[in-house]
Amino acid sequence: MKSLASGWTGASQRRLGRAGLAVVAAALLAALAGCASAEQTTEASNDAFKPVTQDASSTITVWADSTRLDAVKAYQSSHPQAKLNVVTYDGGADGSTYLQTKVQLFDRTGSGWPDVVFAPPVDLTWASRPTTPGKVPFAAPLDGLVDQKLLDGFATGSLAPCQFNGHTYCMRNDLAQVVLWYNKKLMDKFGYTVPTTWEQYEALGEKVASEHPGYFIGSVGDTNAHESYFWASQCPAFNLVKDSTLRVALQDPKCTRMATLLDKLIANKSVSTEAFFSAGYAKEHGSKTLMAFGPSWYGQYLFNNAFKVPAGEIAASNPLSWEGESQTFTGNVGGGTWVVSSHSKNLKAATDLVTWLTTSNDYQSGAPTYPAYSPAAEAWLKNPANSDYFADDITPAFTTAAGQVWTGWSNVKFSDQTAWSSVVLPALTEGKTLTETLPAWQQAISDEAKSDGYTVVNQ
Amino acid sequence: MTSLDIRGAAPAADPIGRRTSVRRPAAGGLAGYLFVSGYVVLLLAFGVFPTGYAAYLALTNDRGQFTGLGQFVKVVQDFRFLPAFGDIVVYLVLWLVLLVVLSVGAAVILRGRMRPGLSATLRFLFYVPGALAGIASVLVWLFMLDPSVSPVGWLISAAGFGNFAAVLAPGNLPVILVLIAFWAGAGGWMVVMYGALNNIPDEVIEAARIDGAGPWRTAWSVQIPMIKKWIAYMTILAFAAGTQIFVEPQLLQTASLGRVSPTWSPNQLAYLYAFQKGDFNGAAAISIFLLVLGLACAGVLVTRSGLFTVDDNE
Repeated sequence: MKSLASGWTGASQRRLGRAGLAVVAAALLAALAGCASAEQTTEASNDAFKPVTQDASSTITVWADSTRLDAVKAYQSSHPQAKLNVVTYDGGADGSTYLQTKVQLFDRTGSGWPDVVFAPPVDLTWASRPTTPGKVPFAAPLDGLVDQKLLDGFATGSLAPCQFNGHTYCMRNDLAQVVLWYNKKLMDKFGYTVPTTWEQYEALGEKVASEHPGYFIGSVGDTNAHESYFWASQCPAFNLVKDSTLRVALQDPKCTRMATLLDKLIANKSVSTEAFFSAGYAKEHGSKTLMAFGPSWYGQYLFNNAFKVPAGEIAASNPLSWEGESQTFTGNVGGGTWVVSSHSKNLKAATDLVTWLTTSNDYQSGAPTYPAYSPAAEAWLKNPANSDYFADDITPAFTTAAGQVWTGWSNVKFSDQTAWSSVVLPALTEGKTLTETLPAWQQAISDEAKSDGYTVVNQ
Repeated sequence: MTSLDIRGAAPAADPIGRRTSVRRPAAGGLAGYLFVSGYVVLLLAFGVFPTGYAAYLALTNDRGQFTGLGQFVKVVQDFRFLPAFGDIVVYLVLWLVLLVVLSVGAAVILRGRMRPGLSATLRFLFYVPGALAGIASVLVWLFMLDPSVSPVGWLISAAGFGNFAAVLAPGNLPVILVLIAFWAGAGGWMVVMYGALNNIPDEVIEAARIDGAGPWRTAWSVQIPMIKKWIAYMTILAFAAGTQIFVEPQLLQTASLGRVSPTWSPNQLAYLYAFQKGDFNGAAAISIFLLVLGLACAGVLVTRSGLFTVDDNE
């Protein structure tokens, strides 16, 4: 191989080699010793909200999930002058981050934001802050746009996920307070009384396992089952102590008591590890579901739609309490919010739509889920269409539970479902117990929290 | 006489054009540049520029300051980084071995041991799943693997998987993804390998037979060495596609109600960095890791197989 260097002496080649090495080493050192931090900027902007130039005649784009599509259509027919462009999207179901993904992109391109979106509460943790420094947070503060009296009418604590830095960034559409659902017809047939405490629930599970094997009193297999069981047990799994300090302490007695109880019931097969919402469960065991500790929307969406249990069999009872504890707490599974974009050119139309959707009896009294706005909730409970399906009056259970949602399970920047469904559920399917899996679950939540900038406390 | 002199046979096997050893003119003139210009523009716009931009992002932070290797160090320390790369290593080993062995094996059998009509029909059938888009083929497999709706549900249940969740246990994922990839992709490669085998002149096979080589001996010592470059080419492309696996685990994640990790593959992790954390710089650093991995594999295979060697001066 002939090269330009062929005339050079060996020594000069070696010298060149050494020089080259030195250059490479220096470059590497410079690169490593370098330079600015690779961490993301996290400063929050405290600037007052400045709307973009308004155009009262512009069309507003609305993103809603398929369940809420009818609500927007109802608004359109009662407000024919409103100019809406309605788009259906997944609405953040099952931990989808579609909205966040899109807003990140719109923030980069500087256009394309929808004016109004239906979003799960977890989305407010990023929507109330800038996605990158210098950007305007996606959610517009509603406290200056909506009458304070209306905001005061929401159920106690239901606007908590919307609030950040003293502003309210969303209006809660529905509550998803957890109650004890049961099949009254089956319970009567078997001669069982509905439990009121967790101890009674456990005892009933043992009874069902021996007397009526094949029947279930609950399932832990869904992506949100922990929000029913561990939230109601006041387990500090996602407990924001300060703004950026998260307490993830799954060895707390309030976590282990629930894990022990469920392990016993999973072992005797009265609690299923298969998801209620999987095709297999509905087909095989839907009609053999004696009880389900789950959110207020289970009645229609689980028993009526998925399990196809005939009307007049299902009833709801108050959340379960622990013996020796004076106060009863329950969980919450979902419950959507409506958010107005801070980039909207027609804030008036957008705010009007959101206000109507969340507070108007015209729509909320017939809404598919339990309204968060208290006057609308009353109207909802009075509407026979919402209670016809059930064997008993659901009002006492729903109103009791609405005021019992434990506030120690915080709305954090990451989905509380990822660790549960991708770490705990596969372990349960493999046959491991919940108690055994708690450390792995704690680790997974802590890892996620740390990568999102939280300081994690495991005690 | 058992061994065949492959090197002696090779020049004769080269495609037409090389056999007559026509020398290329030193300069192609304007026409050549004109013909490649269209591709070069697209390559620059959608290949080179985005790669350069990713490299720029990977070396800076969201304020545009130079961070050196900071972004790379940051993503390597992420608790999801090593598991994600571990996942695709297992997947790639399974997938590449299966792809090379089965697609070459099937092509050899289709070429030499089957009536032409049947062989053509089978090649067509093998190719059909490849005509489905990636997403559609994942959906097909979601139904196939869910015991409660699958037409072969009894088989899955008999194998000890009572429900869909059990099928999707983390340990089974590489196998499931290999099944999907093989079903959708291997048929096309069988057709390509068949075409490569067609390029071997009949005289060479004839000579092997006269020398006493049976079908397996012919395949192992004559046919496969002569399509070595095509195999290397297939491996490079399959490796690159495999390291970038995204759609399949992403869809399984949604369909399994979250039982599959949302950061199973490095590409999903990059996606999470970019679109959930808003950290485009970290995402770019992960993509540079994938690029380096792909280039290293391609480099080894290209030099080992002589893929880019031009036979002009033989």
